[in-house]
Amino acid sequence: MTHLDRLESESIHIFREVAAEFRKPVMLYSIGKDSSVMLHLALKAFAPGRLPFPLLHVDTTWKFREMIRFRDATAARLGLDLIVHVNREGVERGISPITHGPGLHTDVMKTEALKQALGRHGFDAAFGGARRDEEKSRAKERVLSFRDRAHRWDPRNQRPEPWSLYNTRISPGESVRVFPLSNWTELDVWQYIHREAIPVVPLYFAARRPIVERDGQLIMVDDERLPLHPGEEPEDRLVRFRTLGCYPLTGAVDSGAASVREIVLELSRSAVSERQGRAIDHDRLGSMEKKKMEGYF
Amino acid sequence: MPSDADTGCPSEDIDAFFAAQERKDQLRFVICGSVDDGKSTLLGRLLYDSNTVFEDQVSAARAESRTYGTQGDAVDLALLVDGLQAEREQGITIDVAYRYFESDRRRFIAIDAPGHEQYTRNMATGASNSDIALILVDARKGILTQTRRHAYIVRLFGIHRVILAVNKMDLVGYDQDVFQSIVRNFGALAGALDLTGVTAVPLSALKGDNILVRGGSTPWYQGPTLMEVLETVPVGDGERAGAFRLPVQWVNRPNPDFRGFSGTVASGSVRRGESVVVSPSGRQTSVERILGPSGDLEEAVAGQAVTLTLADEIDVSRGDMLATAERPPELSDQLAAHVIWMDTHPMLPGRPYLVRFACASAVAQVTDLTHRIDVDTLGRFAAKSLHLNEVGYCKLSLDRPVPFDAYSANRKTGAFVLIDRFTNATVGAGIAAFALRRASNIVWQDMKIDKATRARAIGQRPCVIWMTGLSGAGKSTVADRVEQKLHRQGMHTYLLDGDNVRHGLNRDLGFTDQDRVENIRRVAEVAKLMVDAGLIVIVSFISPFRSEREMARDLLEADEFHEVFVDTPLEVCEERDPKGLYARARNGELVRFTGIDSPYEPPLAPALRIDTTAMTVDQAADEVIRLLDADPSGVAG
Repeated sequence: MTHLDRLESESIHIFREVAAEFRKPVMLYSIGKDSSVMLHLALKAFAPGRLPFPLLHVDTTWKFREMIRFRDATAARLGLDLIVHVNREGVERGISPITHGPGLHTDVMKTEALKQALGRHGFDAAFGGARRDEEKSRAKERVLSFRDRAHRWDPRNQRPEPWSLYNTRISPGESVRVFPLSNWTELDVWQYIHREAIPVVPLYFAARRPIVERDGQLIMVDDERLPLHPGEEPEDRLVRFRTLGCYPLTGAVDSGAASVREIVLELSRSAVSERQGRAIDHDRLGSMEKKKMEGYF
Repeated sequence: MPSDADTGCPSEDIDAFFAAQERKDQLRFVICGSVDDGKSTLLGRLLYDSNTVFEDQVSAARAESRTYGTQGDAVDLALLVDGLQAEREQGITIDVAYRYFESDRRRFIAIDAPGHEQYTRNMATGASNSDIALILVDARKGILTQTRRHAYIVRLFGIHRVILAVNKMDLVGYDQDVFQSIVRNFGALAGALDLTGVTAVPLSALKGDNILVRGGSTPWYQGPTLMEVLETVPVGDGERAGAFRLPVQWVNRPNPDFRGFSGTVASGSVRRGESVVVSPSGRQTSVERILGPSGDLEEAVAGQAVTLTLADEIDVSRGDMLATAERPPELSDQLAAHVIWMDTHPMLPGRPYLVRFACASAVAQVTDLTHRIDVDTLGRFAAKSLHLNEVGYCKLSLDRPVPFDAYSANRKTGAFVLIDRFTNATVGAGIAAFALRRASNIVWQDMKIDKATRARAIGQRPCVIWMTGLSGAGKSTVADRVEQKLHRQGMHTYLLDGDNVRHGLNRDLGFTDQDRVENIRRVAEVAKLMVDAGLIVIVSFISPFRSEREMARDLLEADEFHEVFVDTPLEVCEERDPKGLYARARNGELVRFTGIDSPYEPPLAPALRIDTTAMTVDQAADEVIRLLDADPSGVAG
């Protein structure tokens, strides 16, 4: 088997295991490339049957407009059961990444919102597209990551996972996060997208976009909510995104890679990691570890 | 000539590049060693030299090197891999971590497992998920106790191919004699453990010698570099050669016309039309269709996640195994196995645990802990329990027959985990040795006089009233009154009392946790026999652990077990102290006394809770008897 075949079968195995053992699973669908691959694998796991669980998108209301268009088109094309959840309290309090900073915005509109949605629907297992190669604290995460009633992750008290014998036992109110792409790397994801011709949001491909440069990050002016600094003028720049999130927090990279093939070639030579463009990872040392302990995915 | 944007390469070259990329296979290997051996440095070196580390990660490590590093102003490569804040602070690896890198020929997943004894369970986890192992040795120190431990665990978990990486050669002046003496010593160990494929490489992770490039420091070494070994070891050949096994994960039934059985092929292969047997049912049929991840297949091989449809409509469900009819799996409820314990609470023989094989689950008890194996000396010792990180050889008894194979024949279907039924923690990892008896050989004596017949003859509905509570809570007093009242109603009863049973049946047992578990197990079995005989059995035992009370409950039918919690506060029991035991326990004359220095786990949902400080003995006894009356079938049945 090639490495992609091995990864593919491993992910399918995880989907089937969780669907068989949990009462009410859900797939966290974040619209990005990892979610696209995850969805593709889930469809394979249960074909010719339908997905035995719904998709959940936690919408912070600050996603790129193209992401939302892609999400709705995908759900319609595949006939998916898609739940969109927004933290209404956060919206009423006017939480925004611009006035409140990435930290609070992520806490309220992402972590808090996710917990609300999981609680409201009573989901006991949530698939996420995180990979162990993304960040150092993720490298220690289990495939089935146990969360207590408050959705907290305890890195010092994780269940061992010998072989692929996943422990699916939880008490009422507890849940697991499931990471079917644990062993995939960014390059694997793109090679697989290439091999399987999986549709992804066009923002991953190079195009001329209105960009302002702030603290070394290339921020795209996606709508009128991004206040421009005095004298700041968006400049048309040939860029693409390596990861997608809230647009004011997601840096683009200068790139001419306009197809999946060109992205794979570019990545084979890349010198910086993909999460570098993520403002929320850089708050301070070990910040992802801290967020995960609080219930972030 | 057409060319892709930005690259300037001719597109044929790019096609070749994609083809080569997609042809790569994947090797998963566990790295055993400790930070002192330079393990994190070696991993950091592999990542750094294979260009898997990005500039921003290096600059983050550079910043951290000033805070935590050990290499002065140079980048401490180890900091590229130590993931958790606590690990960086303490300079140790606590948990298993997964690292990804590649070469021109292969993708690699390095499973970084901590080497110290207190993390043996993590090393075992790493080994269980690996194709081969890389055992790291410090050239200055040679084969240490921990090397023996690593080699043993690796072998126990079914890995035959080992790379012996002799690191820090720079610190012994690249001395050939040092290297060869280590290789000789390891060879003796490998021989004893039956590790067949050992390749030794002399290297320096710090300097980079013999890792990706040969370097000029070891002209006497003609063998492959570490990377060359990693690139050429065969992957997955063992699984492909085995007998066909497919543990069924999921029954796929989207419409009445399609009924598929999904799972990952654990070993061997199967072709369309070939006959298969279903375990445990033993039914035979043949494979009609094979749906692979990308459509219909002629053949499914080990490692593939597939969905099979069968020629005949036979009953197959999750937990069953599809197998080649010529070589079916073992099917048994009794097996011998090695178990590595992974929990801070020790394994207690007799306590029921959940056991999970590839996808079948059951309740298991360790009936016999044959011996404990000292992983450092490989010596065998008698043991009454297994503690965290200890390995033992034991016999397990399951509540139903489960299909499996010996681990030596199949790493996927011969493995299991043990799960605590109350904490839900994964407490043990098991390696099946062999079936102790075949389930097909067990035929229950078909007795014409059964429990219902006996109960009818006596004219009552047999059951167990299980009274639990602290010493001095009033269990025996209430139990005695209950029995008197039932007797007056013409019921056939028997009172099993803790003290009395300990004078006879259980006089060989003490008060350690293990003995308490065995004490209750025997009493529960006796109570079950008496229920079978048609009696109303009143059990009056402290029975401090939830697990054992649940075990007793599981032995009986749902409506045959009534748990009564005699809930008297410790202070009151201690004040009553009818036998003077609390006073002796407080004086240190009695050890492991429940409530003083041994725990009592109160029932979570007892059928009845009696507060002896708020009611008389008569009232309490009446409440207990009402439990039986409340039963719709009635005491007088």
